[in-house]
Amino acid sequence: MLTKLLSGDSPRSVILSALLIAVLVCLAFAPFLFPGVRALETAATICIFIVLAASYDLLLGYTGIVSFAHTMFFGLGAYGVALASTHMGRGFDALIVGTVAGAVLAAILAAVIGLFSLRVRAIFFAMITLAVASAVAVLVSQMSGLTGGEDGLNYKIPRELTPAFKLMDDKLFGVRVNGKLLNYYLVFLASFALVLVMLRVVNSPFGRVLQAIRENDFRAEAIGYHVVTYRIIATCLSAAIAALAGSLYAIWLRYVGPDTTLSFEIMLDILLMVVIGGMGTIYGAILGAVLLVLAQNYLQDLMEGAVPAVEGLPLLPELLSPERWLLWLGILFILSVYFFPTGIVGRLRKPRA
Amino acid sequence: MSDPILRLSGLYTDIAQYHILQGVDLEVPRGQVTMLLGRNGVGKTTTLRSIIGHWQARAGSITFDGADVTALPVASRVKAGMGYVPEDMGIFTDLTVEENMRLAARSGPLDAARLEWIFGAFPALKTFWGAEAGNLSGGQKQMLSIARVMAEERKLYLIDEPTKGLAPAIVSTMSRALRDLKEQGASILLVEQNFAVARALGDSVAVMDDGKIIWTGEMAELAENKALQEQLMGLSMEVH
Amino acid sequence: MSAAPDHNPTFAEVTLMQRLDKALPVLLIPLLVVIGLLAIGNPSSWLTLTVSGLAMGMLIFAMASGFTLVFGLMDVINFGHGAFISVGAFVGVSVLAWLGTWTEAPSLMLNVLAVLFAGIAAMGISGLLGWGFERVIVQPVYGAHLKQILVTMGGLIVVEQMIHVIWGPNEIFINRPEMLKGAITFGAVAIEKFRLLAVAVGLILFVAMRLVLKRTKIGLIVRAGVQNGEMVQALGYRLRLVFIGTFIAGSALAGLGGVLWALYQEVVTAGMGEHMMVLVFIVVIIGGLGSVEGAFIGALLVGLLQNYVAFLEPKLALISNIGLMTAILLWRPQGMLPVVKAK
Repeated sequence: MLTKLLSGDSPRSVILSALLIAVLVCLAFAPFLFPGVRALETAATICIFIVLAASYDLLLGYTGIVSFAHTMFFGLGAYGVALASTHMGRGFDALIVGTVAGAVLAAILAAVIGLFSLRVRAIFFAMITLAVASAVAVLVSQMSGLTGGEDGLNYKIPRELTPAFKLMDDKLFGVRVNGKLLNYYLVFLASFALVLVMLRVVNSPFGRVLQAIRENDFRAEAIGYHVVTYRIIATCLSAAIAALAGSLYAIWLRYVGPDTTLSFEIMLDILLMVVIGGMGTIYGAILGAVLLVLAQNYLQDLMEGAVPAVEGLPLLPELLSPERWLLWLGILFILSVYFFPTGIVGRLRKPRA
Repeated sequence: MSDPILRLSGLYTDIAQYHILQGVDLEVPRGQVTMLLGRNGVGKTTTLRSIIGHWQARAGSITFDGADVTALPVASRVKAGMGYVPEDMGIFTDLTVEENMRLAARSGPLDAARLEWIFGAFPALKTFWGAEAGNLSGGQKQMLSIARVMAEERKLYLIDEPTKGLAPAIVSTMSRALRDLKEQGASILLVEQNFAVARALGDSVAVMDDGKIIWTGEMAELAENKALQEQLMGLSMEVH
Repeated sequence: MSAAPDHNPTFAEVTLMQRLDKALPVLLIPLLVVIGLLAIGNPSSWLTLTVSGLAMGMLIFAMASGFTLVFGLMDVINFGHGAFISVGAFVGVSVLAWLGTWTEAPSLMLNVLAVLFAGIAAMGISGLLGWGFERVIVQPVYGAHLKQILVTMGGLIVVEQMIHVIWGPNEIFINRPEMLKGAITFGAVAIEKFRLLAVAVGLILFVAMRLVLKRTKIGLIVRAGVQNGEMVQALGYRLRLVFIGTFIAGSALAGLGGVLWALYQEVVTAGMGEHMMVLVFIVVIIGGLGSVEGAFIGALLVGLLQNYVAFLEPKLALISNIGLMTAILLWRPQGMLPVVKAK
């Protein structure tokens, strides 16, 4: 039953299984285990970034294509919900319309980009996605009439998903049972389902073909698979799921803006999550997302705390300031690509392989 | 004439996971044309590519002109005196014929006397001297690829299938040029599928099968012995 | 023997066809200029925009040329190329600040000298950085595109952050040297002096690069190496050295482009290299990866289009370049002048 749920792709490592179960349990009971607004925010963000990173892994890890437009697709889903909620008024119908529209648009856009670049050379894809994504980001911040520009959009979501909605008067295990809690479980369950779907995809015959293409595209073509078609389908799928993650994020935050959805920093975070966790495993994306979101939320505080300790020393305060977070991410990124190309999951699975 | 210009001993070369050369032992004597024969896919091209250094041998050694060159990069082997004509000719199609030739003369400007000799062998190159090499016909490209290796004096010429896919008229132009080279006392290791050409040019022969040299001897010996040909190469070679 | 290729091909006709094929992309530039005139209507605004478009194009070309050659020679995609642009800009701006008495003096010679020194310093430091980048970041990942893209992107981030550490977190506004401020007016047409200088520098650069590539042995080796690196080695040249040299030269040019771009915009930010890389990518894709001529034509097209569209409908400027790329890829999926790889 469990194996079937995981599409036959078991973690194949005791430690990895334990870690994944821990992540699942922590997220499933996060509101009760870790009280407080900030902890719940972090847990929801982790859920969403797990989906986002895993959908990126579908592309990077399973087809070997680098895309820099993943945040654009993420943003499409988020802005879809935001715009629908703004223009249709608060309601579940707006959420659904926005989500579906975002995912469909993302898939179409991905198909168009794929047709232009993957047909010629896979490396075109990285360059073209970077160009298109940054053009879209600029466009979004300029078209302030529609998108709110740099300020982004605030909008109302159904009352049932907000703290104002009370399900029970009493607290349950010391936690208020309100719309916020419902919202969290919407995010959690949707994320959980999406991860299972992705596991299903990569372990299907389709997923096997993708991996064959990644290993040797000439041979895959020679065996008779139309490589470009497979790559484009993978791109569309990955884009649509990223858009769904974006919709969840928009529902959770009740706000979208370029910084929270489209920024290049998020793109780098996703890359790092997948690479550190282990490309081509889905499970790696889960661990990578957990690690990175936690680090981002708590490690930066630590760095801030360290600055006074090195006050007066040359250069060190600047290097350790939380604003230089990206510097350390960059170094970590390079090192992990060199020395750790299979990521955490690869390392954990190695002894058994 | 005692020590050979080139000696391969126990050469093993892998391409990806495939073991292509499995212990090649070969001596190429000075001032002779040595033919490397064998069916398609037995490792003739890989042998030449290992000698020039495009593939690094996994085991074994390559001794060239008395020095061990096994670990040297390609450029150093060329500097030491090897000249190489690849099977695909390696023409720079965006460059003119002249520019292709200028690149071939590594140590300085083209030698006028040599150039006259090359133009004598391949008049077409003179006609199209300023033209882009990409516009040459297949035969003219092959002439250019041989001309490039003739642009400088080499101690050893490694030539991979110079008559492949050429019209008979051009094949004879090509063999004449190679004979010319031979008569100047050059040492040549030649891969050739056209047995008529091989017989006309070759002094000695090495036959390959399955990544090894399975027979070496005089050309005359092989040329007269049909049974031996069939046994070595699995097919009787057409004689034009 | 099977049928052999024709010995005497119709040589002249092939050349004519190919010439036409190669000439078409060049003709796009005058075409765009004419369309620009029709769309804008006002000849004096059009002329101003055309000059600034050409200036921008020249600077983008300086940044793009190294990237495209590095790809052509060794099949290396360097997403970190933008780092050289930013570093060059910051170094150049620091030199200009240091030579403040020269830049403020009302002497054209001192001003140009200051810019020259800034350019040389930027090229030197960017070239040096390129050398280090090649050794540390690029060399370990030869032949693996996926890792190349990831690692060079990581390198870009690290360099950008180091710029913040060294030069502080904020953008730096700069003044152009005294005599390069303002515009020259011909009747109703006003053209900024600095843009003229940028066009001049860009033209000199392009001509010099063409001369090196066409006339010198090293240029010959580079051009041949872009087509078939293995054969270049088989003719006795150390391709690796040629590649490192090209990488350093390309980084230095990116640095020069960076300083000039900083003076053009009158501001430098650590992220400017990353932003410019978007245009560089568009330029090399439409030009044909590995082609210097293609990059030149592409850069001019992008610069002109960006300026025309920014005048007509500012919000669409960047998107218009995506449109240009789409149109060109529909016409030629490999870009305008793709390098024919002989394999």
